[in-house]
Amino acid sequence: MDFLTPVLIVTVIGLLAGLILTIASKFMAVKVDERFDDVRNCLPGANCGACGYAGCDQYAEALLKGDVPTNLCIPGGAGTASELSSVLGVECSAVTPKYAFVKCNGCSANTQKAVEFDGPKTCKAAAVFYGGDNACSYGCLGYGDCVSACPYDAIHVIDGVAKVDKDVCVGCGICANTCPKSIISILPVTSTVAVQCSSKDKGAVVRKICTVGCIGCGICVKNCPSGAITLANNLATIDPEKCTNCGTCIEKCPVHAIHFTSCSKDNG
Amino acid sequence: MGNLAVIFVGAVLVNNFVLAKFLGICPFLGVSKKLDQAFGMSVAVIFVMVMATSVTHPIYTYLLEPNRLGYLQTVVFILVIAALVQLVEIVLKKYIPSLHAALGVYLPLITTNCAVLGVTIQNIDSKFGFVESLVNSIGAGIGFMLAMVLFAGVRQKMENCDVPECFKGIPITLVAASIVAVSFMGFSGMV
Repeated sequence: MDFLTPVLIVTVIGLLAGLILTIASKFMAVKVDERFDDVRNCLPGANCGACGYAGCDQYAEALLKGDVPTNLCIPGGAGTASELSSVLGVECSAVTPKYAFVKCNGCSANTQKAVEFDGPKTCKAAAVFYGGDNACSYGCLGYGDCVSACPYDAIHVIDGVAKVDKDVCVGCGICANTCPKSIISILPVTSTVAVQCSSKDKGAVVRKICTVGCIGCGICVKNCPSGAITLANNLATIDPEKCTNCGTCIEKCPVHAIHFTSCSKDNG
Repeated sequence: MGNLAVIFVGAVLVNNFVLAKFLGICPFLGVSKKLDQAFGMSVAVIFVMVMATSVTHPIYTYLLEPNRLGYLQTVVFILVIAALVQLVEIVLKKYIPSLHAALGVYLPLITTNCAVLGVTIQNIDSKFGFVESLVNSIGAGIGFMLAMVLFAGVRQKMENCDVPECFKGIPITLVAASIVAVSFMGFSGMV
């Protein structure tokens, strides 16, 4: 009967461990808010972080603690916001859907490369190397760091410049944070006119290296009927809050640096 | 004291669990992509190693050895360590939520980690007393942390390297790990 002792010892240890764990989990159960699952199910689960929290779980927790607006989820849009509001029983505030816009139009027809870059084919690596291989030090590098970062497959590099597919883009802003040149901006969908250039170089320099770069002439500023355009550091910027999408600036711009964003694909 | 210092230095550098004994390779490869994650995982490993040693050593000395059941140590230790880690997780969740938030993700990963089982069995095989065992497990944990943090740095550097297509991912990571391990061979024979 020698084998009985080891069997007994292992069984008793196993049973004891099980018993202690069961008792511990009963007595030390942490109260989880019952609404957590409901709230979490309202969110899309992309964990994109556009709301400012690490992921959907964290945003759901913050919502349950209160004092957090329900309209922070950009991929979910108005539908998610109203669902969240009904689950939590708070007032729903409006959401403006957003989209990403690449402020560069430097495809191969419009600008050139200054040097041949033979390093790793990522924008991050190219940007470290003297700011990249483009003639324009502000332009899109075209190695597609934003493409691999996009969880929605909404951005693609076409002829050396990243282009956003406005229909697919949800405006989470991951590409804008990834871009080492910081040339992607997040615009509300109500704004459809934008300057497709990020160059802060002087007009003469821009002229030399790019045919569609903003030269900072200020013609758009003078002609804008709603005063939405400002000129700073040789670059025109349109304030989406004031812009009425009238398109006057697009006609007046001598270098065609301003575009309707919806047709930016055709232009470049 | 001198004896304890030798055990400690030996566990950290000479017999480094990851780079000299090749135990705990899965977290070493899996959680070493980012420095802060590697650090969090290592802290959890040190914590669990010390806890596991302080429980398994008495069990062996007072329960298994008197009954001449030393051969049961692997089974019993796994059982005890797994239950212990679960218990620790429950207790942390209840009383120290901030620590649970920091270590929580890593705790279940360590439950059946071979490095933890390795250190407890090594303590028995080396015929260490209770205090010596604790020092050895702290040393082993700090050695694990050293390897993780060193390797996380190497991997972060490697992210910007142009790795040949066939070496991408795990292969190049293993090559880098072996080179880091070679550097630790310099300590062999020191203690």
